[in-house]
Amino acid sequence: MSASCSGPERTRSVGRGVNLLRAHWMVSLLAAGLLGATSWGALTPLPLAAPSASREEIFEIPKGTWARRMAGDPVEILPDEIHLTLGVKDVLVLRNLDDVPQIFGPTLMMPGQSFRLPFQVASSYPFTCTAHASGQLMVIVEPMPETPWARLRWRIESLLRGAI
Amino acid sequence: MKWIPLLLLLPSLAAAPAQAGEGAALVAGVFDPPRPAPDFTLPASDGTRLSLARYRGKAIVLAFGFTSCPKICPTTLATLAQARKKLGARAGEVQVVYVTVDPERDDAERMRKYLAGFDSTFVGATGTPAELAAVRQSYGVTSTKTGEGSDYGFAHSSYTYLIDRDGNLRALMPYGHSSDDYAHDVGILLGP
Repeated sequence: MSASCSGPERTRSVGRGVNLLRAHWMVSLLAAGLLGATSWGALTPLPLAAPSASREEIFEIPKGTWARRMAGDPVEILPDEIHLTLGVKDVLVLRNLDDVPQIFGPTLMMPGQSFRLPFQVASSYPFTCTAHASGQLMVIVEPMPETPWARLRWRIESLLRGAI
Repeated sequence: MKWIPLLLLLPSLAAAPAQAGEGAALVAGVFDPPRPAPDFTLPASDGTRLSLARYRGKAIVLAFGFTSCPKICPTTLATLAQARKKLGARAGEVQVVYVTVDPERDDAERMRKYLAGFDSTFVGATGTPAELAAVRQSYGVTSTKTGEGSDYGFAHSSYTYLIDRDGNLRALMPYGHSSDDYAHDVGILLGP
């Protein structure tokens, strides 16, 4: 003779089952989302696919920077490291919008002048830069991520750096 | 209806100038707008006084370094010598100027002998420490003495400057580019 559940016990059992299903459903949804995001990150081509997309990474010295520095404000414009990726963002653009000449990145720039430097080889490029306390700016040019894993890693790193 | 094919052609016509412009782009970093290259007058390796104005009408490749440099300078100068050869008949329209950061050791005669090992047309410039520091400052070039005693060296900016026929500072070539890149860019500066 098989045992049968009484009314309240059966309700509790169904409730546990529903909770379990709900929890699994949430986990499944999360897993599916994660899988989808990972697949997108790994398989979707990088933005270079659009020929019109800009490959420039632009940095500007705002007007008044020199005056602020003279007033004791340690203005930081360039990060210590600039990360570029061949075929995606591989052109460094520096603009001096201030009223005085500035040594900005690798070069002395007059007011209103810009400097556009394309990179073609993946490597680390150290540049002297008086805008930094260390006196050096490092431009790290990475190869274009070709494999799904490399694309995924590139996207995660870019996301962590706030680049995308 | 006859003008429909013409309409279809419009996008490609509109794109043509942009493509031509891209094809003529410099490999080097470009200054926009260009500014007159800071001139100077310094004792030259050929025994004269050297100024950039002397080479107006030619493209100038301006480099900074020192003759005892173990790697960067010889590589750059050898690359420039190759690039000049690649320019063929137009090689005479290019002048390489090499300004020392080491006036203590690099006198005019030493520079002449050193540069002749790469290309006899290369001209070196030396001067007093103050004169040379002023030239470096005008280009944003840095140079820091390293090491002790007689075996000292310099950590210096390794890029070269490209100056057009009119004396405008047009571009900056980072270290490591090939002679093909130099020949390409100098060819653009020289024009048709």
